[in-house]
Amino acid sequence: MDQKVTSKALLGELLDKHYQDAIDAKARGKLVAWSTSIAPQELLETMNIKVVYPENHAAAIGARKCAQEFIDDSESKGYSIDLCSYARVNLGYMSIRDSIAGNIPMPDFIFCCNNICNTVIKWYENIAKDLGVPIILFDMPFNHTYEVQEHSVKYIRGQFEDAIAKLEEISGEKFDYDRFREVMAVSSETARWWKKATSLAASVPSPLNGFDLFNYMATIVCMRGKQEGLNLFKLWAEELQEKIRNGEGPWKTGEEKYRIMWDGIACWPYLSDTYKTLKNHGINMVTSTYPDSWTIVYESNDIDGMARAYSSNYVNRNLDYGVDNIAGIVKEFSLDGIIYHSNRSCKLMDFRQYEVQRRVRERTGVPSVIFDGDQTDPRAFSLAQYETRIQTLVEMMEQRKQEGRCER
Amino acid sequence: MSRLHKIISELEEISTHPGRAVRKQMEKTGKKAVGCFPYYTPEEIIYAAGMLPVGMWGGQSEIKQADTYLQSFCCSIMRENLEQGMSGVYDMLSAVIIPTYCDTLKCVCENWKVAVPQIKTIPMVYPQNRATSAGVAYMTDEYRRVIKELEAMTGAEITETELLKSIALYEGYRRTIRKFVAISGHYPKTLNARVRHAVIKAGFFCDKKNYSTMIGELLSELKKVPSEKSEGIRVVLTGILAEPDALLDLFDENGVTIVADDLAQESRQFRTSVDMGENALEMLAYRYAIQECSLLYDEAKRRGTLLKDLVKDNRADGVVIVMMKFCDPEEFDYPIYKKELEEEGIPMLYLEIEQKMDSVEQLRTRIQAFTEMVMHKSLFYNGKENDDVHGY
Ligand code: SF4
Ligand code: SF4
Repeated sequence: MDQKVTSKALLGELLDKHYQDAIDAKARGKLVAWSTSIAPQELLETMNIKVVYPENHAAAIGARKCAQEFIDDSESKGYSIDLCSYARVNLGYMSIRDSIAGNIPMPDFIFCCNNICNTVIKWYENIAKDLGVPIILFDMPFNHTYEVQEHSVKYIRGQFEDAIAKLEEISGEKFDYDRFREVMAVSSETARWWKKATSLAASVPSPLNGFDLFNYMATIVCMRGKQEGLNLFKLWAEELQEKIRNGEGPWKTGEEKYRIMWDGIACWPYLSDTYKTLKNHGINMVTSTYPDSWTIVYESNDIDGMARAYSSNYVNRNLDYGVDNIAGIVKEFSLDGIIYHSNRSCKLMDFRQYEVQRRVRERTGVPSVIFDGDQTDPRAFSLAQYETRIQTLVEMMEQRKQEGRCER
Repeated sequence: MSRLHKIISELEEISTHPGRAVRKQMEKTGKKAVGCFPYYTPEEIIYAAGMLPVGMWGGQSEIKQADTYLQSFCCSIMRENLEQGMSGVYDMLSAVIIPTYCDTLKCVCENWKVAVPQIKTIPMVYPQNRATSAGVAYMTDEYRRVIKELEAMTGAEITETELLKSIALYEGYRRTIRKFVAISGHYPKTLNARVRHAVIKAGFFCDKKNYSTMIGELLSELKKVPSEKSEGIRVVLTGILAEPDALLDLFDENGVTIVADDLAQESRQFRTSVDMGENALEMLAYRYAIQECSLLYDEAKRRGTLLKDLVKDNRADGVVIVMMKFCDPEEFDYPIYKKELEEEGIPMLYLEIEQKMDSVEQLRTRIQAFTEMVMHKSLFYNGKENDDVHGY
């Protein structure tokens, strides 16, 4: 019987294979890199170097509710409780090296891009120092202007060239520019399909339960340059389109009463708690600010375009962009409300949140709440506070609906 | 009052009342003033533009308005800067330059634009790959961009000649203040922790030309008096800054002499010299390329080595870590150099600080205990006569 594989099943398979490939490569004496989540993986894919993403791994450890052990280990080495918990989990993993969430091989070199934050510079410096391995840093200047400035593009391009030279040196192999062009094309195409699939949640009701988005995010991180990744997102998009045609909402049971956006990363250790609280109120998280960071699209063979794309994710851009971005999402996804996760781990996302919230509220009228949490440190979240905030949000959304101020 | 004490009290007055000092100079010289957020903002360029660079290093005010922009887990120095900006403390400034080395600074730069609209914001991004040719090119492009902004403010061109003159002046200032730092440990009473800090900090609020002259005079006055014996222990300070004053007083109370520092607010500002470059901007860029600081990418992670050298070269008994609470770059460096210093058997005292602290009682106990512990251990030549005082 030819039963069709669902994208969810495929996702699981691909992730398992992704980790297994890295473990196998290590066992065969091949190079393994550790990379930040939005780094120019095109270069590594071109050289067929296996990559592991510590942020993904830390998130998986968080979701399996076993982060504390790793956090304790790094804190015992002197890492402050106030540092990003992905870093604390990963730096703890470096000594424990065993987790029920799956294991990863140690890196032969480090691939770090600070378009997501400058925290990763320090974190990855430390990995490199502890393990005595080389590091390649892509420094993407923070865009205090709305768009990426030309001298930044030039600088980033120069760094791509330097990185290629360094990769050739580390691997002892020549960089294949034809293969590079192919990988660039696949990567952009995958990102387009990622965007397309996630945008389908704009339908009312949304075919997508947004917490699934968090699962698919792990694959856009690690599969962007691969044909399998492209296939996965195409399949996912088809499934969502099918659901739209059938008028299916996000859940088998229960109606989508409110549509909200989640700003920031999930609380991995409390994924089901945070999800259930929303679902009980009929709230569907249809989208988030975060996933769009992987919509890295550029013309194949356009290195400057690639440089610009990698520097254009929202956390690396100014406040005006942050506001426009969310205001745009409110409209596109017909949102009723917004939840801002004030994430103890991520200062770069947090310290603009208050002003963004004010301006988005002014501009769109959509109500919002902020709750305190953390992406992986289980100690920094209180379910009671979260529930109260969600309750408040529901009341505000309800009032707004009754006053008929809801535009849709 | 001796001439020596007069200069010291003048510098103390400047560092404790920076606003007054800056206003006075603006009146006297007719210059505009430009605020320099930490860290390593291009003072030379501001100076060459005929304006007065002013350091902005937080303070001790009550945080009220800044809370509407920054969560409580933001470092105190940036909450203070924003608070003071919002309450008008910096209104005499024509512009502020805000670099974006850490995640907090990126956000504060963005918030400042909105929260303190009366003062022009000039953001600045320093490259992290700073020793490569792409990095140096980017740095000089950033300098050029800032130059254009400053020129628009004054209406006058900033010439290469003025830039070179300014760089020479700053090199002179750096040499002078380094001499002060080198000698301060020999005068643990006259230049105790509080005084040493005030003398260095005053530089942020002075025309560097006058300031160098003052420090020069201070040094020659010092030459006339005999060095003082330190009775307690000798330490190296490391961190962003060593404040508030109540903390420094604890060092003095417990006979702790600061013989060297690796503080962002102090030696990191001036320990590096210009050593190459075809033109003024390249000189600045290359100087930046060889600077060492927790905020600047360092593949080799040399901080531990640097601290070990400071301990050795200054015959220090230990290292005091003044950890700015919520400062990622500093907190990430700590476990690495901690291990390295432990391996060398160098005693360490870890003090978590905020700029404004309700009580320093806890710190007092820790400093006391550390002092006693080190006195018993006395690793190096503690208590010996200081020789070679003026051999710099
Ligand atoms: S959570 Fe924030 S601080 Fe941590 S790695 Fe991600 S972007 Fe950086
Ligand atoms: S370097 Fe540390 S103290 Fe300075 S602004 Fe950044 S977080 Fe704050």
